[in-house]
Amino acid sequence: MLITRIVVGSWPRAERSRWNWSRLFGPPWENLIVELDDLTHTSGEWLRGTGPEADIVISSRIRLARNLAQFPFLSRSDESTRAEIEGLLHQHVSDLRLPQPLTYLDVQNMSELDRRFLVERQLISRELCESSGARGVGISSGENVSLMVNEEDHLRIQVLRSGLALEDCWEEIDRIDDSLEEKVTYAFSEQLGYLTACPTNVGTGIRVSVMLHLPALVMTKEIQKVYQALQKIHLAVRGLYGEGSQAMGDFYQISNQVTLGKSELDIISEVKDVIPQIIGYERKYREALVKEKRRDLHDQVSRAYGILRTAQTISSEETMHLLSSVRMGINLGLIDDLEIPTVNELFIHTQPAHLQKLRNSALESGERNVARACYLRERLASNNDVP
Amino acid sequence: MKKCSKCPKPATLHITELVKQVPHEIHLCEDCAQQYLNQDEPSTPSEPEEGMMVKLQLDAGDKELAELDKNVCPNCGISFREFRSQGRFGCPHDYVVFGDELEALLENIHDERQHCGKVPKRAPSDSQRQYQLIKLRSELRKAVAEESYEEAARLRDEIQAMETALSQGTGDAD
Repeated sequence: MLITRIVVGSWPRAERSRWNWSRLFGPPWENLIVELDDLTHTSGEWLRGTGPEADIVISSRIRLARNLAQFPFLSRSDESTRAEIEGLLHQHVSDLRLPQPLTYLDVQNMSELDRRFLVERQLISRELCESSGARGVGISSGENVSLMVNEEDHLRIQVLRSGLALEDCWEEIDRIDDSLEEKVTYAFSEQLGYLTACPTNVGTGIRVSVMLHLPALVMTKEIQKVYQALQKIHLAVRGLYGEGSQAMGDFYQISNQVTLGKSELDIISEVKDVIPQIIGYERKYREALVKEKRRDLHDQVSRAYGILRTAQTISSEETMHLLSSVRMGINLGLIDDLEIPTVNELFIHTQPAHLQKLRNSALESGERNVARACYLRERLASNNDVP
Repeated sequence: MKKCSKCPKPATLHITELVKQVPHEIHLCEDCAQQYLNQDEPSTPSEPEEGMMVKLQLDAGDKELAELDKNVCPNCGISFREFRSQGRFGCPHDYVVFGDELEALLENIHDERQHCGKVPKRAPSDSQRQYQLIKLRSELRKAVAEESYEEAARLRDEIQAMETALSQGTGDAD
């Protein structure tokens, strides 16, 4: 599947972000969340597999790009200026009072493995992972709020929810933005709105994204039509990890491109309004597949499940591909001994950095493939108690 | 650091292009960027479609490039040409300095040129002062680089005084 590579200021590069420590650990947070390793065995909010339309809509995400008025943008900030910006925002981010407690992580002094781990969890963008100098991220305990400091802009605020829940995302991010704004002065002009390092984000600085799982549209090659239709109305389609990433596991992120001249709510509506159509389209093709090619489909899903339960070595790409089939199989009632949240979690836990943290050692690509197969066998065996 | 997409050197220039309203980013080292930017026809490695470039919409001749070099932000020191080759601004004031040149670009990206979304309750009341701060910081950097420590100390104090005034929201009444 060819995804046109669209590179805007990004989060997130992915866009890439969210999880629930609270289910595993009780307070006091301060002592627990600092341990990045604690995250390894959990999965985040957006992988819960619940929320409206959760069989197809994985998650909803909104991010805002903000800059401090009294500093140059990062491309013109030397080390000491970067450090000053980081220090200031670190303080204000840590002072935020959110429904869930927030932990601030120093990304500059973090190992590469830990940085990649946070990218895989969608808590930081690839840009924040790969750049250099003072930078950090504040993460809420449920992993549905992340505040990146010194990414492409001084501040990137991101809120995530499981399922289709853009209004909830907006409500929360607007509140966080308001609280920060009481403490800092954002670069803003009446004509152009929030001023950003890249002109593609100027105005509202908003990126509204919905992550969809569209295996039937990929299988029937109908996805290309969706892609073309969205492009016509200026919406972008990206892969799981945002800009430039492949559409691994049949995951697609739909997001706005225009940030100037429309209100935040209008932009949210524009994205939100197309989602039911895409969902309807995906369901229609799933039903058609079940109706017309049930045996073929059941065969494909069962083989995928079989390989995942028995393989001795398996790449990340193949894993994503097979998990995608299995996920659709569960939704269509073709597999009944496995739960969606488990599959959602496997998508993330089998990524290279997660695997290495789960195994607690650095692994070469070949070793990872063996470890991945082993992990999948263990996880899926315990889900296979049905006689 | 990203590698240049045409050779193994590290990419120092990040080019954003718009192909049919869609921005594209290309990461190149200085040499490859030079070559890329001097091509008569914009071409994007990932998108062979005819492209509308954010940075070099015109086949700018040397003369025009020299003109673009002259248009420099007094606060952060970035020239319009640098902006066009990186696709990133140096400071918020660039939106004012390059205002005329930007109009067409913003229309191409957004189809609009007037913000109508959220407004901070605490909108920068004194943009000039904020820009002044950016300028002072850039002078401070220069003074330190030139080892003019007395000048640097003076600038540092001036910055601190201005920051305090801004954070207290007072500022001079005049």
